[in-house]
Amino acid sequence: MIERTPILNTITHVVLFVGFLASITPFVVVAIAASHDLVAVNLVPMPMLPGGHFWENLHTAWTTADLGPKLVNSFIFAGGVAAGKVLISAITAFAIVFFRFPGRQAIFWAIFITLMLPLEVRIVPTYAVAADVFEPYRTILDVTGLNGLIESIAGVRLDLKFGLLNSYAGLILPLVATATGTFLYRQFFLTIPDELVEAAKMDGAGPIRFFVDVLLPLSRNNVAALATIMFLWAWNQYLWPLLVTTEPSHATAVTELKQLIPNVGGIPEWNIAMAGTLIVMTPTLVVVVAMQRWFVRGLISTEK
Amino acid sequence: MERRASFRHWWIGIAFAVPQIVLIFTFFYWPAGQAVYWSMTLQQPWGGGNIWVGFDNFRQIFADALYWNSVALSTVFALFSTVLSMGLALMLAVFVDRELTGSKIYRVVMIWPYGIAAPALALAFRFIMAPEAGFLSFVNRLWPGLWDPGLDGTDAMISVIVAFSWKYVGYDFVFFLSALQGIPKALKEAAALDGAGWLRRLWDVQLPLLTPTVFFLLVIDITESFQDSFGIVDIMTSGGPARATELMVYKIYFDGFKGLDYSGAAAQSIILMGLIVALTVLQFRFIERRVHYK
Repeated sequence: MIERTPILNTITHVVLFVGFLASITPFVVVAIAASHDLVAVNLVPMPMLPGGHFWENLHTAWTTADLGPKLVNSFIFAGGVAAGKVLISAITAFAIVFFRFPGRQAIFWAIFITLMLPLEVRIVPTYAVAADVFEPYRTILDVTGLNGLIESIAGVRLDLKFGLLNSYAGLILPLVATATGTFLYRQFFLTIPDELVEAAKMDGAGPIRFFVDVLLPLSRNNVAALATIMFLWAWNQYLWPLLVTTEPSHATAVTELKQLIPNVGGIPEWNIAMAGTLIVMTPTLVVVVAMQRWFVRGLISTEK
Repeated sequence: MERRASFRHWWIGIAFAVPQIVLIFTFFYWPAGQAVYWSMTLQQPWGGGNIWVGFDNFRQIFADALYWNSVALSTVFALFSTVLSMGLALMLAVFVDRELTGSKIYRVVMIWPYGIAAPALALAFRFIMAPEAGFLSFVNRLWPGLWDPGLDGTDAMISVIVAFSWKYVGYDFVFFLSALQGIPKALKEAAALDGAGWLRRLWDVQLPLLTPTVFFLLVIDITESFQDSFGIVDIMTSGGPARATELMVYKIYFDGFKGLDYSGAAAQSIILMGLIVALTVLQFRFIERRVHYK
């Protein structure tokens, strides 16, 4: 600004530096604790310089919590949610913005409402659906009497049963079923000039051609932003994976952290716990640092 | 905004919308409806379907002191964590927005906490705030028995609030900073030319223009404090000691999946859904109209 403000500048620097320390200290504490042996990590006050057991702690945490396969699971899960969101949101927004069909407004509102209720608050029934995913359709068939009809015509009784517990589909699909990305795309598609649509139509492009050759290349920024946000969001999910994966083979890295909490009265292996924490937080931290631009952009545009 | 140009093949449009519709029907509308049904019925212990009990489940919940305990705790948690994270984020954003040397680095680093999974940061904070070892343990060396989140309910609540706020300061910071940078420089310069000092400009120009962001974050933070708190509570305190950190979502999880009381948990979910919908509607209807826009 215009004026000279030496006192204010000093305050600014001090406050920001304290804020910087507060943001960074937990990371530093985790890293330092992960580098000490059992005795050193339990010293009071805690040693503030790194020790020499970093790699062996990482190794112990890796094997104790079986983090290798869990990280693979996390990557499949988070990548699947990001890809699913990007794809489903794009085609839905395409349908809502570029077509006129009966019930379009109703669909729009039906999707909009899903923004309001996060998975956590409707967790119990969603879990029941995941455990038996065709239940809604079976009930509809039963209640409407369609099942009896099918039975009398085809002579077989439809008995759809299919559980999604302990599967990637069960992890991924319920998290894709919200509206966040759809709105990001909708807002963007609305800014595409009508002339572009007209021109494409003039050149004989059908809707699918227009979508693939015009819209998708134009939405590259949105795809990057949405994919970053959704990857982080899914990676950091806890309650849903905890419920859906009852078998360790499908557990994610984040839910596996629970194995590393030192028991009360047990050996306080904080060094191992912190090493595990470090391993689990690193991928998201790398994504945030590498994709900072898209991350910030995605945050701001998906929420508004 | 309505488009003039659109495609004629409307059935392709519907086909494109179908996957999303099937997904939200299966994983959103059906479960939400199911929750209403369960909350009005009682599952019989040996199978044989549900019996209709009307509002009994709700009556039972409202008569339960433990439920009101979780409501009170959730309120305290939402209040403190929202005020703490928004206050700190606003302060940091205002100072970073002054764009002195080094503000670029601060801008980058202060977003990091938001990228961390709630359970991971919870485990980190569990160690940082552990009474017998870790970053804060020296407090107990100086004043023995002063700090113990494992035994003292208030200490436990403080630690979950701090852990949650640490993450959401980063989140709120992103929004405040982007809103601050969206304020035209000319406004501040005009005020400065009129002789307004920094505080005056902050108070009369910047803060009023931030009110939409403040209200937006208020709703988001409160909603998140209901849901994202689960991982933090589960890892740091498991709702303890003596239910001192049993927030609403944690209680739903505990009653539904540990206590296997689906009906009670469903009824609690319905109440929570109602609460969050009310908050969202409040944001859209009431608050958005009252705040200043550019």
